[in-house]
Amino acid sequence: MIRFKTLLPVSLAALSLMATTMSAQAEEVVNVLHNQQDEKIRAAWEEIRQDFEAQHPDIRVNLEFQDDSAMKQRLPTLLQSNAKPHLYWSFGGANYRTRATSGLLADITDKADGLRANISPGALSAFEIDGRLYGAPYRLAQVGFWYNKRLFEQAGVSADDIETWDDFLDVVQQIKDAGITPIAAGGGERWPLHFYWTYLAMRIGGQDLFNDILADKASFDNAAYIRAGVELQRLADLDPFQPGYLGAKYNEAANVFGNHQAAIHLMGEWDIGVQRSESESGEGVNDNDLGYFSFPAVTGGQGDPSATLGGVDGWAFTAGNGTDAAVEWLTFFLSPENQARLAEQDIIIPVARGAETHVQNPHMKVIAENIAHSSWHQVFWDQALGADVGGVINDISAELTSGDETPEGAVERIQEAWDFR
Amino acid sequence: MSAQILSSHRTPWTQRLNAWFYRHNQGGRLTTLVLFLPPALTVFTLFVILPISESGLYSFFRWNGFTELSEGGRFVGLRNFAQMLQHDVFHVAVWNTLKIVLISLVIQLPLAMAVALAVASKSRINNLFRLIFFLPFILADVVAGLIWRFIYDGGTGLVAAVTNLFNLEAFYPLADADWAFNAILVVVIWKYFGYHMMIYIAGLQGISDDMIEAAKLDGASPWKIITKVKLPLIWPAIRLSIFFSVIGALQFFEMAMPLVQSGGPGGSAHTIVTYLYEFGIVRTRVGFGSAVAVVLFLACAVFAFTYQRYVMRQRD
Repeated sequence: MIRFKTLLPVSLAALSLMATTMSAQAEEVVNVLHNQQDEKIRAAWEEIRQDFEAQHPDIRVNLEFQDDSAMKQRLPTLLQSNAKPHLYWSFGGANYRTRATSGLLADITDKADGLRANISPGALSAFEIDGRLYGAPYRLAQVGFWYNKRLFEQAGVSADDIETWDDFLDVVQQIKDAGITPIAAGGGERWPLHFYWTYLAMRIGGQDLFNDILADKASFDNAAYIRAGVELQRLADLDPFQPGYLGAKYNEAANVFGNHQAAIHLMGEWDIGVQRSESESGEGVNDNDLGYFSFPAVTGGQGDPSATLGGVDGWAFTAGNGTDAAVEWLTFFLSPENQARLAEQDIIIPVARGAETHVQNPHMKVIAENIAHSSWHQVFWDQALGADVGGVINDISAELTSGDETPEGAVERIQEAWDFR
Repeated sequence: MSAQILSSHRTPWTQRLNAWFYRHNQGGRLTTLVLFLPPALTVFTLFVILPISESGLYSFFRWNGFTELSEGGRFVGLRNFAQMLQHDVFHVAVWNTLKIVLISLVIQLPLAMAVALAVASKSRINNLFRLIFFLPFILADVVAGLIWRFIYDGGTGLVAAVTNLFNLEAFYPLADADWAFNAILVVVIWKYFGYHMMIYIAGLQGISDDMIEAAKLDGASPWKIITKVKLPLIWPAIRLSIFFSVIGALQFFEMAMPLVQSGGPGGSAHTIVTYLYEFGIVRTRVGFGSAVAVVLFLACAVFAFTYQRYVMRQRD
């Protein structure tokens, strides 16, 4: 015989189940797909999600995780299926553009007043395609020179003396003369070397030239970009990299830098953590020893030395899913208050206006200010120009460094790939 | 003939089919065919014929694979093929692939044969040696690649130990455009010679002892016994292993991936398949990649058919 005591919880459970399904029908759901592995960051997002649901009882947000490589592989098919999320984690650049122009993303331009009010226009423009908005940026990254203060002292040089590329080459030479490996580089993967060539091209050629190239009004085969190759080879001629750098992966280079075996590493701010975790001691170059300086100006170059190279990562709306609820969620997620919360925990360099003042880590702070004062924040060229043209830029950067390509041949190859894109 | 046609006009077609079936279904051969051929043929068509013809189609397009071919593709005729044939990295990739074939024929297979002759006779110690020589082949290709990446590390690996011992300058074979692919060739020999050795051992053990005994009685030297008796008798095994090593060379991919990134320094260590992967998949040029795949498929098919026709069918 069934007793009342056992029956009660069961029936209560059934009732509550009915209640939830009923309320779920009334709720609007927003599915968000991301590739964030870091537990700390996921916990911070979860807090924001709960706050949002508390303020918007009629909207339910699901944060769904997929491993980065799995997500990359599945996205092309997922975006064309019915199982697609409302929003997914997306870099700006050519893939985002291709998807937007192929009709795989939702145009939310008319619903974006809230986003526009909060986010700096420079960052937002990375997610604008032909004046229309299909997503929004979430965080910024900048590539610059990380250096080991202890090794600099040992070599008797100071980062404050570096204002131009020539100064930089002098410092590199002095470090080498002191018997220290000047630079760590993951040349086997090539993209770490493309930072050198593209930064030089930006400093010498300037923003207008780059925009003209994007608009097919100018060619990669120009004097400024040829000089970028010449300057890169001047650096390579000093033989500044760790031995075997042309076969090294990025994390192996981070290991060399984190082990205090090389003085300089040109990399994004993510390297603060990576050089630490890849180092043998697990300490890496600690905050006291770690220094940072921006890529120097090149004498005679047209480019503004405040221009920054880095990333703008964010979210994109999938076609048919630019619902009011989804936009509402993203506006809340990217609001200055929430961006400030994430910045305080050193999770991001924020895109929301005013939130950069909340960054705590001294290095992240410097970078946040650099980007805020940057006249031109350019997304990594190998991302911005698409995988095919970007791949060629990575190739030529490595080959210029190893001496297997000429500065003239390099720009010809890029233009060829650009013409055939 | 005409009588048959006339008679078939009168009988209904089901009966004719039955009669035909009855006549041809000797020992249930046709029943087996009808039952078992369609599933196999469907799977084969779906997963082999269809993809091959699809990449044949894609190879004429500039297409990134993100959208439908009809929307995102642009017909470029033979331009993908022209570009590929003009690309120096492709020439390197083809030459490297040929190098694997050459090194297999000149070093790997003779080595495998020498070892096989040494350890073919049945004894406990030979079993142990066979196991040791066969061990590399059991490893997954990617794992073997990762192990050798450590060995080749000029700072901490075995190479470093050697250079330190002789007080030489640190040497990073995988970072050196002249050496990267040769370093990979060494791994290829190490990895696959045990496999060919096993094929030869199986062949050698099939030779009857009487034959060797007879040769000995006729006064044949050990060398003569090998060249005049053993090798001719296991020739079928040898030509099979040549076939495997050439096809393996044309498809060589997994082990190179962990050893070098995107084709090594200056693309000097690309093989045809790593070239396809780097320039077709990684750089989202599905059309171009398909063109490479078509060329690779033709090379494989032409080799396989010619070899089957002129070498495998020999009766000697």
